[in-house]
Amino acid sequence: MTEQMPKKERMKIPRQTMPEQEPDVRNHNFKEVPLGLTEEQAVLEANRCIECKKAPCIPGCPVEVDIPGFIRLVMDRDYAAAARKIKETNSLPAVCGRVCPQEEQCEIVCTLHKKFKPVAIGYLERFVSDWERENNLVVLPEIAPPTGRKVACVGSGPAGLTVAGDLVKLGHAVTIFEALHKPGGVLVYGIPEFRLPKHIVQAECDFLAEMGVEFQNSTVVGKMDTIDELFEMGYDAVFIGTGAGLPNFMGIPGENLIGIYSANEYLTRSNLMRAYDFPNNDTPIIIGKNVAVLGGGNTAMDAVRTSLRLGADNAYIVYRRSEAEMPARAEEIHHAMDEGVQFHMLTTPIEFIGDDDNKVKAMECLRMDLGEPDASGRRRPVPIEGSNFIMEVDLVVVAIGNSSNPLIPQTTPGLDTNKWGNITVNDDTMLTSRKGVYAGGDIVTGGATVILAAGAGKKAARAIHKYLMEEVEK
Amino acid sequence: MQKVFDNTQIGPMVWKMRVEVPRMVARAKAGQFVILRVNENGERVPMSIAGLDKENGLLTIIYQVVGKTSALMTTVPDGGEISDCVGPLGLPSHVDNWGTAVLVGGGIGIAPIYPIAQAYKEAGNKLHTIIGARSKDLLFYEDEHKAVADELHICTDDGSVGHHGFVSDILKQLLDSGEKIGMIMAIGPVIMMKVVANLTRSYEVPTWVSLNPLMIDGTGMCGGCRVSIGDETKFACVDGPDFDGHKVDFDLLTSRLGAYKEQERVAMKRFLENPGCKLAKAVETFKYPNEVK
Repeated sequence: MTEQMPKKERMKIPRQTMPEQEPDVRNHNFKEVPLGLTEEQAVLEANRCIECKKAPCIPGCPVEVDIPGFIRLVMDRDYAAAARKIKETNSLPAVCGRVCPQEEQCEIVCTLHKKFKPVAIGYLERFVSDWERENNLVVLPEIAPPTGRKVACVGSGPAGLTVAGDLVKLGHAVTIFEALHKPGGVLVYGIPEFRLPKHIVQAECDFLAEMGVEFQNSTVVGKMDTIDELFEMGYDAVFIGTGAGLPNFMGIPGENLIGIYSANEYLTRSNLMRAYDFPNNDTPIIIGKNVAVLGGGNTAMDAVRTSLRLGADNAYIVYRRSEAEMPARAEEIHHAMDEGVQFHMLTTPIEFIGDDDNKVKAMECLRMDLGEPDASGRRRPVPIEGSNFIMEVDLVVVAIGNSSNPLIPQTTPGLDTNKWGNITVNDDTMLTSRKGVYAGGDIVTGGATVILAAGAGKKAARAIHKYLMEEVEK
Repeated sequence: MQKVFDNTQIGPMVWKMRVEVPRMVARAKAGQFVILRVNENGERVPMSIAGLDKENGLLTIIYQVVGKTSALMTTVPDGGEISDCVGPLGLPSHVDNWGTAVLVGGGIGIAPIYPIAQAYKEAGNKLHTIIGARSKDLLFYEDEHKAVADELHICTDDGSVGHHGFVSDILKQLLDSGEKIGMIMAIGPVIMMKVVANLTRSYEVPTWVSLNPLMIDGTGMCGGCRVSIGDETKFACVDGPDFDGHKVDFDLLTSRLGAYKEQERVAMKRFLENPGCKLAKAVETFKYPNEVK
C-alpha cells in the first residue's frame, strides 16, 4: 500500500496526469474535456503530499480549504469525508476543482513545488467532490437552529452561492434572487459545458436548496424590487453579487454588423440557452466558418473553443499583445492550441467590413509591437504604422471584458461606486457604504475569477453573520 | 412557472394572452417590457406590455405569429403555464404634460401604445391616437383607444375601414393643421417608425419610438440588443426601449432583426410539420401583411 511509503519515496511519485478527451475528438463535442483522475491515480497523487507543517497551500486558497486535511482523507480512501472536509469552507468544490486557477493559488506555494511539481490539489478536489456526488454520498451538513434573521443575496453566481451556503448553515433564512431563469450566474451562462458541465452547477444549487436556501429565479432586483424594498420586505441584510455587467466593445466602425457578438451573448446563447443543440432548443446561434475571437482571457478561450465545436473551419484568437501577456490560464491556452485554435498575436482590428446584407465578412487589422510597460505592468502594445491587412471572417466574438451593470447602483441611494461604476466596499468585511448592504465578486472587482468571487462571498458571509447577531434585534 | 389565461386569437395571426404575474404587474409602468420563455427548450423573447390589470395581477400581451416561438405561444391552453416571465424590464416611457400629444400605433404596435395612452392622458395631455393596419380584420383595441384618446384616427392600407392609407398621412394632416403638438410617440413596424421619424424631423416635433431588437437576458449583460442612436451604441434593454426617433439608425435595426432568418425558417418548418399542428393550415394560407407605412 502506498500509504505506508516513507516521505522520500512519496516525493518520487510523478504528478498524475488527468486523462482527457483527445483534441481532435473533443473539438467536435461539448462533453467535458478532462475526464477526472481514477481512484488509484487520486490515491497516488494524495500520497505525493508530504504533509509539511507549514501548509502554505491553506492561506494560498482564497476560501482557506484545509487542503492537507482533505488530502489525508484521500490517502485513507475516505473520499466522501474528504469532500465534506472541503465543504466546511468551500460551498462549491466540484466547480472550483474544475475552474480554479490552482496553479497561481494553492499549488504555486506547495512546498513540493520547490523541487518537484506541486501536488495536483485541484484534481484531487474535483475527484472527491465527483466521488461524493456520483456515489450519492452527499449528506447535509449540520444546520444551526433558526436565528430569525433574513438575508437576501442578489445574484446566484459563485459569490452569491457562497454567501448563501455559509449563512444558511448558521441558521439564517436566505433567499437568492436571480435575474435569469436558472441559478448559477456565470457558471451557467458563461463557462461552457466542456469545461464545467451544467449538471454539476445544478447539483451544487440543489444542495443549497436542500439546506434551506430559497431560490427566486427570473427576478431582477433593481427592476422588480429595489434594495430598500428588500429591507421593507423584512430582509435584515443584503448581499449584492450581480457579477460583471455590460460587455465592452472595441468602439470601432462596423461593430454592430450581424455576426459580431459580445462573448457574453455568444456564450449565453450556447451555454444557458443551449443553442449548440438548435433546433432541438429554440435559441439560434450564428455558425461561423472563419471565426475571430478578440481578447486573451479565459472568456476568449471559452468562446473560441465553443466556435470550433459549433463547426468553425478556422478559429482565431486575435490578441493585441503576445502570449506572455495573455490573462488566460496556461492550461486553457494549451487546450485551445491542442484543439487547433490559431493564434494571431500582436494584432488588433480597426474596422469591421460588412457585405450587402450587413453581415460581417472581414476585418481590417493592424500589427502591433510591444513598447514600455503600462499601468498593468504589461508591455503596452503599439500599432505598427502601415501594417494594415485584411482578415476574412464571418463571425467575430468580442471578449475584451465588461463594465459594471448600473441597475442596482442606479436604484440604491447612498450606495457608493468608483469611477468605473464598481461598488466600493471595505476590503475586510465587504460592507458597502450602506448599512446592512454587502457586495462581492465582479461587481466590486471588475472581471475576475470564480474563486475570488467565492472568497469575497466568504468574507462577506462572516461579516454579515456578525452584523446579524450583534446589530439586528430579533 | 406562470399561469396563462384568455389566450385567444383576435385577428388573422394575432393573439392575446394574459399572464398571471401579480408582483410584476404592481410594479410595471407603461413603456416597459417583459421577457418570456414558453418551455424548457424555449428561447427568451421580449414582449411589450399591452395592458396591466393591477386588480387581478394580470399582464396582457398581444402577439403576432411570426415564427416558432409565437406559434408555440398560441398552443398554451387557458389556465396553462409558461416557464418564465421576467420583468418589468427597460425604462418606463417618459410621461409629461406637453399640452397635445400624438400616439401612433401600427400593426401589433397598436397594443403597447395603449398603456402609454393611459399614462399620457392621466398626465393631462390632449391626446390624438392614430392606429393603422393593413386591413380591418387586423385592427384591434379600437374601443380601448377610443375610451382614452380625445381623438382616435383609424387607417387601413386597403381602406376597409377609416382612412384609406398610412398612419403617416394622418400624422401629416395633424402637423399641418396648426395645432401645437408637444410630443409624438410611435410604435410599430420598423419601417413605420422610420417613416414617422423622417416626417416629423422637418416639423421639429420631438418624436420617440420604442425599439424591439432581439434580446436574451434583458438586463444589459449580453449586448445583443445594441442599437445605434446618433453616434452612440446603446443597449435597448437598459437604455431603452424608447429612443429619440430622429437619431435612430432604423436600417441597422431592420438588418439586425433579420440576423436569424434562416434559422427561424428551419424552426418554424419543423414546428409546422409536427402532426396535429392546427396552425399549419392557417400559416399556409396566410400572407403576412406588408409592413404598415
